[in-house]
Amino acid sequence: MASKIRRALLPAGTLIAFVLLWQAVCSAFEVGPYVLPAPWTIASYMADNAARLWDQLSFTLLLALKGIGLGVAIGIAAALLFHLIPGVRAALSPIIIITQNIPTIALGPLLIVWFGFGLAPKLILLALVCFFPVAWSMLAGLGQAAPHLREYMAMIGASRWEVLRRLELPASLPSFFTGLKLTATYGVTAAIVAEWLGSSEGIGHYIVLKSKGYDTTGVFAAIVCIVALALAFYGAAVLLERLVIRWRPGTSNAAAGKRRDAA
Amino acid sequence: MNVGLEKEAKLELIGVSEGSAKEAKLELIGVSKSYRRDRKRHPVLDRLSLRVGEGEFVTLIGPSGSGKSTLFRLIGGVELPDEGSIRIDGKETNGKRGLIGYMPQQASLFPWLSVAANVSSALTTAGIEAGEAKRLAAEWLRRIDLGDVAGEYPHVLSGGMQQRVSFLRALLMPRAVMCLDEPFAALDALTRAEMQAWLLRLWEEERRSVLFVTHSIEEALTLSDRIYVLSRAPARILKEIRVPLPRPRRGDVWKEPAFVALKEEIMGLLGEGTSP
Ligand SMILES: Nc1ncnc2c1ncn2[C@@H]1O[C@H](COP(=O)(O)OP(=O)(O)O)[C@@H](O)[C@H]1O
Ligand SMILES: [Mg+2]
Repeated sequence: MASKIRRALLPAGTLIAFVLLWQAVCSAFEVGPYVLPAPWTIASYMADNAARLWDQLSFTLLLALKGIGLGVAIGIAAALLFHLIPGVRAALSPIIIITQNIPTIALGPLLIVWFGFGLAPKLILLALVCFFPVAWSMLAGLGQAAPHLREYMAMIGASRWEVLRRLELPASLPSFFTGLKLTATYGVTAAIVAEWLGSSEGIGHYIVLKSKGYDTTGVFAAIVCIVALALAFYGAAVLLERLVIRWRPGTSNAAAGKRRDAA
Repeated sequence: MNVGLEKEAKLELIGVSEGSAKEAKLELIGVSKSYRRDRKRHPVLDRLSLRVGEGEFVTLIGPSGSGKSTLFRLIGGVELPDEGSIRIDGKETNGKRGLIGYMPQQASLFPWLSVAANVSSALTTAGIEAGEAKRLAAEWLRRIDLGDVAGEYPHVLSGGMQQRVSFLRALLMPRAVMCLDEPFAALDALTRAEMQAWLLRLWEEERRSVLFVTHSIEEALTLSDRIYVLSRAPARILKEIRVPLPRPRRGDVWKEPAFVALKEEIMGLLGEGTSP
């Protein structure tokens, strides 16, 4: 625990120094708040508009949660489908690669044309962005189960379903969480883009409003909210990973020494 | 009836003295296998015949790479023999899985399951109801003095302890034969000797039908009722040796003259054409 705190000290120090420098530059050169608001200005702006910001933020939070949930569900389903049915992967790969290479900025307006301004186009956009990291990393994980465990399961006559449930799914969890952590942050960005393109609420919409009104401080306040949200999502994914994957040797340092006394 | 006669005839042919006096749990008749590599056939097993009787501890000893693990893959039904027949409990089982208990060289415990769950999940695969599997696992872990670590993840266990769990998992599977593939090869000498004594004691209490693979002559002689000595690849049976040492055996069985004599004989057989 103590070493963890010590490890966090340096990056935290840099961050504080950066904010202080920013504040100092703004005060020293009297930079106008419409160009670059000082940290203190942003903070007091946020305090004054806390209720409004919170409303917008919770809208974005909910949208991101729904989209990430949908994306993760589709991602898991796709990984299983690709893994269990050979040929599906090869057949669908080109389409998936294409969807992943269309910029969301270009895809968004199209989705709005097709599905209107409701929730549907936003969810589709989010799901498209969010399913990919989960599907791809989980698929890799499913195939990477230790060969000697595979051999063991074959030798005791385990069924395909048992191999999936007892071996491949648990073995894919570390990769799944790698994907989930990516998705958690992509999801927030995608939610902002979706709101930017067509919404009357949310932090994304708020940024549009503020930037059109040259309210730079407002834009910065929104950015702070977005970063906080993305970090919170990432943190939640890390926490979930810790809760689920407790077996990895090295989580307790006593175990590492006791492991494999005979190689 | 016909089958019985045929079997006896074949057994006579390969020089199995005991005939059908003891029921054969596992029987291999003229089993061959070859792999294709670089468009060439590489024969691995050459018309192997052997049997494991009820409650008998039989060992295959042979140089590494001679095809012992391949033989186990055939018995486990993971691969099909090119020719010959594999019988478990008198029925032909070529390519049929789920009929043997298996203990591999690496402990192969699932890192995400507790020690107890590792045992019980293997038992449910073998068809034991989940509650009963849990009960059996807990009871037996206590019996082999691993009750304290039943709830731990396997990585906190030493290599020897992991192999004990792995053995228990194979032992408790309600199946006709246990196949143990060099289970102690990865252990250091001290742990290995300890594990042999442990296995000997446990097996002598339980008397399961065992087919055991090793390349240690002492290990084979200490544990087995009978030993098949294999040639280098393609594996043939060079000799079948009955170990006349009385049971229960103890760790110091290697001092017996019969042990020493057999050891020399097997060394001679295995040493043909190898280093002095
Ligand atoms: N799937 C396979 N494909 C090709 N060759 C194989 C395969 N499995 C085993 N072999 C070959 O068969 C021989 C016997 O291997 P193995 O049964 O593992 O020997 P042992 O267990 O006696 O050490 C080796 O030469 C090995 O290279
Ligand atoms: Mg082997």
